[in-house]
Amino acid sequence: MNHDVVIKAEKLCLTFETNDGPVHALKDVDLTINKGEFVSFIGPSGCGKTTFLRVLADLETPTGGEVSVNGMTPREARRKRAYGFVFQAAGLYPWRTIGGNIKLPLEIMGISKDEQKKQVAEVLELVDLKGFENKFPWQLSGGMQQRASIARALAFHADILLMDEPFGALDEIVRDHLNEQLLQLWAKTNKTIGFVTHSIPEAVYLSTKIVVMSPRPGRVTEVIESTLPRERPLDIRETPEFLALAHRVREGLRAGHGDDA
Amino acid sequence: MVMMRNFLPILTVTLVIFALWYAFAIVLNKNWAYDKATRGGYELSFSELVSDTWTQKKPRLPTPDQVAAEIWKSTGTAAIKKWNRTEGKPFSERVSKVLGDKKSLLRHAWLTLSATMLGFVFGTGLGILLAIGIVHNKAMDNSVMPWVITSQTIPILALAPMIIVVLNAVGLSGLVPKAVISAYLSFFPVVVGMVKGLRSPDSIQLDQMRTWFASKSQIFWKLRLPSSVPYLFTSLKIGVAASLVGAIVGELTISQDGGLGARMLQGNYYGTTILIWAALIFAAAMAAVLVSSVGLAERITKKRMGFLA
Amino acid sequence: MSLVLAALAVWAIGWGINIWIARQTPGRWQSITSATIFGITLVLMWELLVRGSGISPVILPPPSMIYTAFVSSTDILMADFIQTFVKGALTGYAMGCTAAFLTALAIDRSDFLKRGLLPIGNFVAALPIIGMAPILVMWFGFDWQSKAAVVVIMIFFPVLVNTVQGLDAADKMQKDLMRTYAASYWQSLFKLRLPAAAPFIFNGLKIASTLALIGAIVAEFFGSPIVGMGFRISTGAGRLELDLVWAEIVVAAVAGSAFYGIVALIERKATFWHPSQRKGRGL
Repeated sequence: MNHDVVIKAEKLCLTFETNDGPVHALKDVDLTINKGEFVSFIGPSGCGKTTFLRVLADLETPTGGEVSVNGMTPREARRKRAYGFVFQAAGLYPWRTIGGNIKLPLEIMGISKDEQKKQVAEVLELVDLKGFENKFPWQLSGGMQQRASIARALAFHADILLMDEPFGALDEIVRDHLNEQLLQLWAKTNKTIGFVTHSIPEAVYLSTKIVVMSPRPGRVTEVIESTLPRERPLDIRETPEFLALAHRVREGLRAGHGDDA
Repeated sequence: MVMMRNFLPILTVTLVIFALWYAFAIVLNKNWAYDKATRGGYELSFSELVSDTWTQKKPRLPTPDQVAAEIWKSTGTAAIKKWNRTEGKPFSERVSKVLGDKKSLLRHAWLTLSATMLGFVFGTGLGILLAIGIVHNKAMDNSVMPWVITSQTIPILALAPMIIVVLNAVGLSGLVPKAVISAYLSFFPVVVGMVKGLRSPDSIQLDQMRTWFASKSQIFWKLRLPSSVPYLFTSLKIGVAASLVGAIVGELTISQDGGLGARMLQGNYYGTTILIWAALIFAAAMAAVLVSSVGLAERITKKRMGFLA
Repeated sequence: MSLVLAALAVWAIGWGINIWIARQTPGRWQSITSATIFGITLVLMWELLVRGSGISPVILPPPSMIYTAFVSSTDILMADFIQTFVKGALTGYAMGCTAAFLTALAIDRSDFLKRGLLPIGNFVAALPIIGMAPILVMWFGFDWQSKAAVVVIMIFFPVLVNTVQGLDAADKMQKDLMRTYAASYWQSLFKLRLPAAAPFIFNGLKIASTLALIGAIVAEFFGSPIVGMGFRISTGAGRLELDLVWAEIVVAAVAGSAFYGIVALIERKATFWHPSQRKGRGL
């Protein structure tokens, strides 16, 4: 087995039974994600991108096929705290300070108080929120709250970071800023990142690999390897190479849609 | 409907409660049974213990069937007996004889109910008027509203004996003092709820009214009053239950004027516990009927006003 | 007669001041001052009307008489307070809230029990439970224990229903997050669900605080050793010692609002983060 493979899905299926008949959220998904990759999942609603991420996180159970995370089942991986999850909303506890919020997973995992302090300071620095340790979530803007939520996901040094449309609720200016910061963070920490998004420029800007999905049934229509260099300033989004990639993604999405009756 | 989905759990819990009730009846009544056995010089087997504790005349805890039998005896059978005895008399007289039967639980229930309803209607009416005043007059809002809110933390029921005694002393007895207590108890929840409701329209809707140069009265009738309906009904449900409690507590202090509370007090004096329970369960049933009736009125009104899908 | 006119004058002056206050630019001071002025106006009017018209002070004692009764019977009032409030209401409150809280935790793990118990709980909370007072006196005797029992029964279901609702308050996303940390049931309970439940639990505790005092007082109408607020009120009313009765009512009113106020203060500290407590502060 290639030790570089972090996530492997084979013929993965997830079917929900509803009053209107079965819904194939995922059908025969085959995908391999290697260590250190930044993989974006993009597609219209119902294409299964969030569901796939949740299966990796053991928040949903597949009804068919195989999937492994770090060589283990998702349940074992979750038990071993192999990944950090960032949701669409920051979801910080209003009754804890920012520092307290970041400590939350560390407390649960039984890490010593000194270690906790160290990790909190380290990770706040990484997301550029140094000094906000004693503030409460409602005192921070939306973008800052989401940065704190990312810090929380990084705090316990998991190799994998799973992010479900984390910047979807923010305005474009803040979003650009956070995209840049996320790439810098990725360069520094070298994590394997799974990122769900609705935005084509975001997917192309951030990823080394773009997985285009389409709905009914939820499936992978195309996997695009990015030709862009790892170091990417924001204005790379205006280069012809970038636009070509974005075009490819757009075509992939349209093809997926075209398959729909 | 929510009720359907929860039917099985509710049924299970209810059956468990009844089972526990029967079990506790054995536990609480066993001393009397054992005493009787010792005095009679015989031993009690378990099944004899059970049948004894479930059929005592003055049990510490009557069983559900004993209570149900007593309720039936003092309502249904009493009514039928009275009806038969007044054979040959005109219809209205027969009805009033049945309702006036001192032994009948129905009569006492009627006395309590009439006091409750009278008080409830007055309390609600006055409460709505005060709420309108508070919402439209800043001086009233500043001075009266804090007292209304504080009054919710004051044990108003403690005033019951005094109200009854004072009103009796000036010649008002029977229905009126109880109704005064009931009115008092439903008044405050209605004021609080109505004020909240009349103030519930948001700034967008109020601004809209301003662009149409609507008068205060128009805003009231067309926007504030309809918006307050859900809040009013919530308070009405609290208010009707509180009014009933008020009437019963009033009767508990002075029982000459009859009513379910008086009946409970009677049972207390004579040690006829089954009577107390019968009156209590009847009162509980009445409370349930009153609150559900308001709930029904609420659903119908809300549907017609489009508050419910 | 002149006193009655004086009473009307007091009303007019008080009302005039309040209207003036209402016309000023809005501020927090307006409520407190207006309410106080309104209260003082009512008390003055009461005094003047009772003294001025023919109402017998035995039926409706004026505030000055109530004050004298208060001052001369402080020891009785104190003893009554301890019997009813401390021994009856507070112990019942503590026991009832604990029992309800533990029951809520116990049924939290079973969705079936929750769906069965909640509707019944809401139903029971609306019933005239106070009617059980004579039965409880029969079971537990005349002393404070039966009053505490009445309080327990009265507050059990409201606190239970509010706690159960509170435990369900943490949203799905938060519970998912806890899953990703592989947190145990207890970790999730203490770190997420209980803090998230706090606003609801306190709502129940506030309701229970008012019910507790009412329960303890009314239960004493049915039988009590010769001490207690309810006892004093019902016997005093019977003997037309209404000034003492009013003094007791004043004690009850102050005790009731103070109790509620303390619970509300604790609520402020424990749920400082909730939007309803944060009005005006923050960003």
